[in-house]
Amino acid sequence: MKKLKDYLPWVCYFVFFLGILIVDPGTHYIHLVARVIIFSLYAVAFNLLYGTTGLVSFGHALFYGIGAYITGMLVKATGPEFFLLFIVLGAAGAALVSVFIGLLTLRLTGIYFTMLTLAFAQLAWGLTFKLYHFTGGDDGIQAIAKPAMLAGSVTKYYLFCFIVVTICMYILWRIRRSPFGSVLNCIRQNPQRITFLGLNVYKNQLKAFVISAFFTGVAGGLYAGLDGSIHPDMLHWPTSGNAILMATIGGMGTFFGPVVGAGILTGLETIVGKYTEYWSFSIGVVVLIVVLLFPRGVLGIKRLAGNKN
Amino acid sequence: MDFNTLIAQFVSGLSVAMLLFLVASGLTLIFGVVNVLNFAHGSFYLLGTYFTYQLMQVFNNFWVGLLVGVIGAGIVGMVIEVLFLRRIYGRDQEGAFQLLMTYAFILIIDDVVKFIWGPEYKTIPKPDALMGSLNLGTTIVPTYNIFIIVVGMLVVLFAWYFLTKTDKGKMVRASSLDRNMLGLLGTNVPMIMTLVFGVATAMGGLAGVLAAPLRTVTPGAGIEIIIDSMIVVVIGGFGNFWGALLGALIIGEVLSFGILWMPEMATVLTFIVMIIVLIVKPEGLLSKKMVGRK
Repeated sequence: MKKLKDYLPWVCYFVFFLGILIVDPGTHYIHLVARVIIFSLYAVAFNLLYGTTGLVSFGHALFYGIGAYITGMLVKATGPEFFLLFIVLGAAGAALVSVFIGLLTLRLTGIYFTMLTLAFAQLAWGLTFKLYHFTGGDDGIQAIAKPAMLAGSVTKYYLFCFIVVTICMYILWRIRRSPFGSVLNCIRQNPQRITFLGLNVYKNQLKAFVISAFFTGVAGGLYAGLDGSIHPDMLHWPTSGNAILMATIGGMGTFFGPVVGAGILTGLETIVGKYTEYWSFSIGVVVLIVVLLFPRGVLGIKRLAGNKN
Repeated sequence: MDFNTLIAQFVSGLSVAMLLFLVASGLTLIFGVVNVLNFAHGSFYLLGTYFTYQLMQVFNNFWVGLLVGVIGAGIVGMVIEVLFLRRIYGRDQEGAFQLLMTYAFILIIDDVVKFIWGPEYKTIPKPDALMGSLNLGTTIVPTYNIFIIVVGMLVVLFAWYFLTKTDKGKMVRASSLDRNMLGLLGTNVPMIMTLVFGVATAMGGLAGVLAAPLRTVTPGAGIEIIIDSMIVVVIGGFGNFWGALLGALIIGEVLSFGILWMPEMATVLTFIVMIIVLIVKPEGLLSKKMVGRK
């Protein structure tokens, strides 16, 4: 029975993200859910580092942005026929950069690691403005075409996102449950013991960093196709902050928590944003409540109750 | 580039450095004593500015406004420490929760400011007494910039005197070294923490008020200053008061001369400086503690 319980979140995941197609609440909401599912991948990929390995990166916007920019620029340069390939190339680009940044940042621990990741992301953000001929500066890149198969209705693109994200989520889920995932978990809880076991903390953290960056890049690439426009703000620090918010609100100790967090954050932004421009106030209040009352996040509440028995 | 321009730019860099120092020293003091990385510190800078703006609408006096701005920011700081931050001290993964909670306060305070005073630009005029400019030999420098530098130096002197020469200052330093032992010796440590938080946020408010006549007042100003101040604190070393001063001088001058030589690259330069320091000497220029892997 334990097996069955483990798959329950997956069932919920499919019911929600496929059910939305059956309910068909209109393009506006499909677009909203498409954003949720892209952010979900971003947050889950980030959480491999944050919730599992215990590394607070404040620079994940960099990998998100690289994925988006590489995909966007390749589409602009060669046309949208190989859109999926470009997303993979964007993610590979993010992973490549993350090897370099990981090698430097993982030498530090705690807040110093956090600040150095922030510094690299902010540096890249600054550079996207300066490299105007390359990145379009503060205009970003507009009118990124989609291949004929995905063009037209937002539902087609949503389905495409759903398939890509689900495959990535499954890989991440398997990674988390693999022996390597257990090593990452242990690195968070007791890094010294990992060393005693003859394993290398630094190398395993680096692997986690690169994997996380790769899938963050996929999310960025998917986002480039959603509105067909990207802008330097995708690399700015609030984007990095959003990853932390989504993972924590949903529950960083669970695999699907960040998905819930992505839903809450995007939902608040859109729904509260419709009535008032002060939606970030509402996010601030939600974060405060979560930090004070549900430190394990929304999905962590049940686990906490379970632990007491 | 002639010598006079260099001097003028250097002085302007000094005044930027002093503003950064006021924010960063508060940040580093809170980190050292309260052990919190107050990501929302820029919001107190913002509150100081807007409190002053509001007071000046009523009394039209810069000095009254300054006083209210500083005290107001400090009071809000203490209230937040007592009501919220205190609840998460000593929790598992405290660092991440501090970051989140103070981030939540950035979102909340920024929106409250926007709600009360509106998103548009505001201006606070320089006080009449500091309007003109001073003639330093061959270079002409605005009096107000000199004023900021003098205030900054007074704060440095006062802080040095307080932290090293008075009993209360010794307690503050002791609580950053060993909080538990100080508590066992009968000191009210939570009280010290709250007061330090209040003083530090008041210093942030002071920086906001002082900067207001030079820059435009907008709800986004807090976020701009906090990133630069974080860089200052990282460069100088977390919790290191003199490090904050050195870091502020470096970043202030980098910003000031960066704008002169590479106008588009000035903000990027500060991140490059931070990256170099973190890679070469991750604990900061003036700290001895080793933070990296052994």
